[in-house]
Amino acid sequence: MPNMDTLLSQLKPGEKAIIKSIADNPMKTKLIEMGCFPGEELYITKIAPLGCPFAIYVSGYELSLRLNEAMNIVVERLN
Amino acid sequence: MILSPSNKDLNVVLLGNPNAGKSTLFNALTGLNQRTGNYSGVTVDKLQGSFKYKTNSVNLIDLPGTYSLFAKSTDEEVAVKNLLTDKPDVVVVVLDSTNLQRNLLLATQVLDLGMRTVVVLNMIDEAIYQNINIDSEKLKDLLGITIVAIDSRTKEGTEKIKEAIVNAEVSRNKFFDISVTENYAQKINSQFEDPNKTELQKWEEDDKIYRYKNVKYIYSLCVRSPEQLKLKERSTKIDNIVTHKVWGYLVFMTLLFIIFQFIFYVAEYPMGWIEDAFIALSSFIKGNLPGGILNNLISDGVVTGISGVLMFVPQITFLFLFIALLEDSGYMARASFIMDKVMRKFGLNGRSVIPVISATACAVPSIMSTRSISNFKERLITIFVLPLVSCSARLPVYTLLISMMFPSTIVLGFLNLKGIVLFGLYILGFAFTLLTAFVLQKLLKTKEASFFMMEMPVYRVPLLRNVALGVLNKIKVFVFDAGKVILSISIILWFLSNYGPGNAIEEIEKKYVDAEYPHVGEADPNYYKEFIASQKLEASYIGHLGKVIEPVIRPLGYDWKIGIAIITSFAAREVFVGTMSTIYGANGNEKGIREKLLSEKDESGNLKYTMAVCFSLVIFYVFAMQCMSTIAVVKRETKSWKWPAIQFVYLTALAYISAWITFNILQ
Repeated sequence: MPNMDTLLSQLKPGEKAIIKSIADNPMKTKLIEMGCFPGEELYITKIAPLGCPFAIYVSGYELSLRLNEAMNIVVERLN
Repeated sequence: MILSPSNKDLNVVLLGNPNAGKSTLFNALTGLNQRTGNYSGVTVDKLQGSFKYKTNSVNLIDLPGTYSLFAKSTDEEVAVKNLLTDKPDVVVVVLDSTNLQRNLLLATQVLDLGMRTVVVLNMIDEAIYQNINIDSEKLKDLLGITIVAIDSRTKEGTEKIKEAIVNAEVSRNKFFDISVTENYAQKINSQFEDPNKTELQKWEEDDKIYRYKNVKYIYSLCVRSPEQLKLKERSTKIDNIVTHKVWGYLVFMTLLFIIFQFIFYVAEYPMGWIEDAFIALSSFIKGNLPGGILNNLISDGVVTGISGVLMFVPQITFLFLFIALLEDSGYMARASFIMDKVMRKFGLNGRSVIPVISATACAVPSIMSTRSISNFKERLITIFVLPLVSCSARLPVYTLLISMMFPSTIVLGFLNLKGIVLFGLYILGFAFTLLTAFVLQKLLKTKEASFFMMEMPVYRVPLLRNVALGVLNKIKVFVFDAGKVILSISIILWFLSNYGPGNAIEEIEKKYVDAEYPHVGEADPNYYKEFIASQKLEASYIGHLGKVIEPVIRPLGYDWKIGIAIITSFAAREVFVGTMSTIYGANGNEKGIREKLLSEKDESGNLKYTMAVCFSLVIFYVFAMQCMSTIAVVKRETKSWKWPAIQFVYLTALAYISAWITFNILQ
């Protein structure tokens, strides 16, 4: 089976994905708190004109993340 | 006699996620019965209010917004510590009904503390509008607590909340993993004591994931919404424009331009009225109260000082009016979104743009407006560099000095040389604003971990009541906190420039008023008046101070007269022009001062105000923190004298060195 895992920061806007894991660092608890926990679905709603930050739809709302934060989230593409 | 348990003062707190509409509810419950205070040791403002319900009087605190009980910022720490150490009688957890999943995380944590709690489903109107159907009866059973669904914008339902607060109970249900711990409150408290952060962090992650599982279950039973995993159409439509790579910046620039126009030009009218009113008051006191030192103190020192404080109110009002509108509508998060990457390179934040632009009018309101930057380090950097942006008070100083350097109009093609120099001074200020921020970002270490993730709130029409109360609180904070410092310093400056050692000043009075020089008065009464004023200033404490600092400023090309003007202009930079006018007896008009200064000779008979001296002075004013109000407001915003002190030393050193280099190159 091919490994479908990728980083959130590599998704294209609109591509749906499910969170597989989050890198172990101090950002992890904050990301979980904001609703980014394994098993949760998400997609990128928009990327700022200069390539950062990212806005994602997760846990029923829209969240903006900087690149270094988005890179901590490992996801699997859904479609 | 029976003592009813409800017959006492209740201490109640409002707790909730940022953007949950907590302040709207707070305003609806307390109205004008609110005040801003301080939490000890931190820069967070404490918003308190009160209301009466039947026989109960309730003290309400609007705690800073927090996403969970594990604090991730100073604001959140204040909220959590208040809950744990002050132990309020009742906690009101405010939830955003349109964003229930994430909001319920905090609610379950609070319920597990075992305190009397009320859960408010806020913005229920917006949820209905978005077709989100919440079964509040079922939610009440599952959470085991009183639930009140309201739209706090229309004050409807606030009576229901008041009733629920008075009758609040402790939830019977538990939401933490009881196999892990029995005392949740203790575990929460350990984040402030336990040095072993890694172990606690692991525990915290597990706790949140466990809770989210619970929350998702509760959510699935109580909430029916037709559109899963989809953004609201209205928000998307607006965002397609305001975060667009062309239109987004265009919209933002237009908004900045409008704000700029208001604080730069429109605010001048009410500022003029305030000034005129206080001048009238001052001369009324002079003419109608018995003369003497007390009269002078009140009419000149105190009244002028208060006028100096209130002069800032129009700019503060306009700036905060706009900021509140942009913030409450949800637009500010978008502006921050498109500006973040540019500003971050300099250690600033997407939200630093408005403060930086408004600092071209005045640093005082713009420093106050950095409140919206939630990251402490980025906020501090923004505050630190704002006085480098050339404000409107520098303009009269620039204009005078530039016209002295280039008395005739020199036009290069279609460009006016004076205009180019003026523009260059603004660019120089901006360049050092960014450069200083860039360096500070590398130097500054904060113990607070930095998170930048932020919610993009849904768009809402701002509520006038919230905007008005927000602006009112800002004005109160400025007038009563920073105002005290400004008033004290201006009274000290007034005293130093009107009184001198011994009876030197009285002697001048006697000498000239006793008509020893009647011919001066006959020639030109105004000249005579100005001449006395100039003599008095020289004899005053400030006159002496000017001479004391002369050796220090001589390397920059300045003499004691300029020294006096530098000291008095600490009140506000534009005072430099007025003081120079007094010293040289130029009767206040700009052409007059310019001519007087340009014909001034030094001891050896050469012209004194050379290109080198003027340029050195103008560079000094680009950088120097010559503004007591800025210092007062930085002290108020950082809650210590440490930052204004460091800032003052840095900016003065920068000004001194740059002026010295300029003088020596041009001489």
